[in-house]
Amino acid sequence: MEKHYTDSKVKGVSTGTTILAAVFDGGVVIGSDSRASIGGDYISSKTMNKVIQVHDRIFCGIAGSLADAQAVTKAAKSHLSFHSVQMESPPLVVAAASVLKDLCYKNKEELQAGFMTAGWDRKKGPQIYVVALGGMLLNQQVTIGGSGSTYIFGYVDAKYKPNMTREECVQFATNALALAMGRDNVSGGVAHLVVITEKEVEHVVVPGDKLPRFHDE
Amino acid sequence: MLGEAEPQWLSEEVKTGTTIIAIEFNGGVVLGSDSRVSAGESVVNRVMNKLSPLHDKIYCALSGSAADAQTIAEMVNYQLDVHSMEIGEDPLVRSAATLVKNISYKYKEELSAHLIVAGWDRRGGGQVFATLKGLLTRQPFAVGGSGSSYVYGFVDAEYRKGMNKKECQQFVVNTLSLAMNRDGSSGGVAYLVTIDEHGTEEKVILGNDLPTFFDQ
Repeated sequence: MEKHYTDSKVKGVSTGTTILAAVFDGGVVIGSDSRASIGGDYISSKTMNKVIQVHDRIFCGIAGSLADAQAVTKAAKSHLSFHSVQMESPPLVVAAASVLKDLCYKNKEELQAGFMTAGWDRKKGPQIYVVALGGMLLNQQVTIGGSGSTYIFGYVDAKYKPNMTREECVQFATNALALAMGRDNVSGGVAHLVVITEKEVEHVVVPGDKLPRFHDE
Repeated sequence: MLGEAEPQWLSEEVKTGTTIIAIEFNGGVVLGSDSRVSAGESVVNRVMNKLSPLHDKIYCALSGSAADAQTIAEMVNYQLDVHSMEIGEDPLVRSAATLVKNISYKYKEELSAHLIVAGWDRRGGGQVFATLKGLLTRQPFAVGGSGSSYVYGFVDAEYRKGMNKKECQQFVVNTLSLAMNRDGSSGGVAYLVTIDEHGTEEKVILGNDLPTFFDQ
């Protein structure tokens, strides 16, 4: 019958969540919903931002156990700032992702968190790396994660196009998040989007009532 | 004690881990399904047609346990034949759906199958009914099976009221293709059935003729 993945078996406060990242022509968009819940029974935060900045042009989307994700990103942030001082230049996106991957892989028995790292660097431009639960590192053009992602695999496969413009990509990400929040009961609230390009980083928040609506709403 | 161990798939329950979809348009319905039947990790049938006729212009789409689903379909087929002889004309889609719902609800604990019933009758035109776990509800479209989780977002975004027959067929084929690409228990070929007042048309779309997307 229907398979349904939730984070409810995750210890403590889990970010039953939807996170998404997509590369467009000249940059990358990374976004999330904003609901933090305890097993789907109680919403402990309606406005949590699950996209965390680990360096000037590198952001991370977190899914899984909130405590684990916060601990790992804190450690990663300090590694990265030290690394960038040593290298005398901003870290590469793949370096940031590798730092996270090492932490996840070495502590795979205790941790229950997955990450997507999105950012811009001078060497390869906009990139997205996914660190899965066991510590595998993968480079992708578009990726989704969290419990709500199950419902939008079909939408993302159908609608993502390489080399979209920034406006198209932001619209695509907003739509995908809205669809997932509409079907997953542990994702919801507002949509947080971060648009990263060479020039700047822009944080866009789309409140619940401004999210796109679909045929049955 | 000694000797070869039995292959694992012989002891696993046979499921139609599946993607099924039905959608109504003005004047009829389109039903679609994949063709994979799995027993644990094995694919035991890669070309099964999960769209089962209940009557000339009423079909159902099977998902869940293969045995349960087929049995329900056969029982309702028989009950509908008797009913249509009693009333002397073609049965309503709602009657077929109600018969399925009655069985699903009464044997709720023992059965694990979900049937979507869709068809055309003179009174209501094209109609789609979902009968999950004994609920009976008419919907403009319905998706079911393990693969349906992956395409909820897509169908929510793409469905529009007032699509015509061709658009509905394309919608069904796209949805099936996306679900088959992501769900390990769905795959094979796509079966399509289109029912309107003129008749019933069955079609098979082979794997390499299915629509492909940006990463293929």
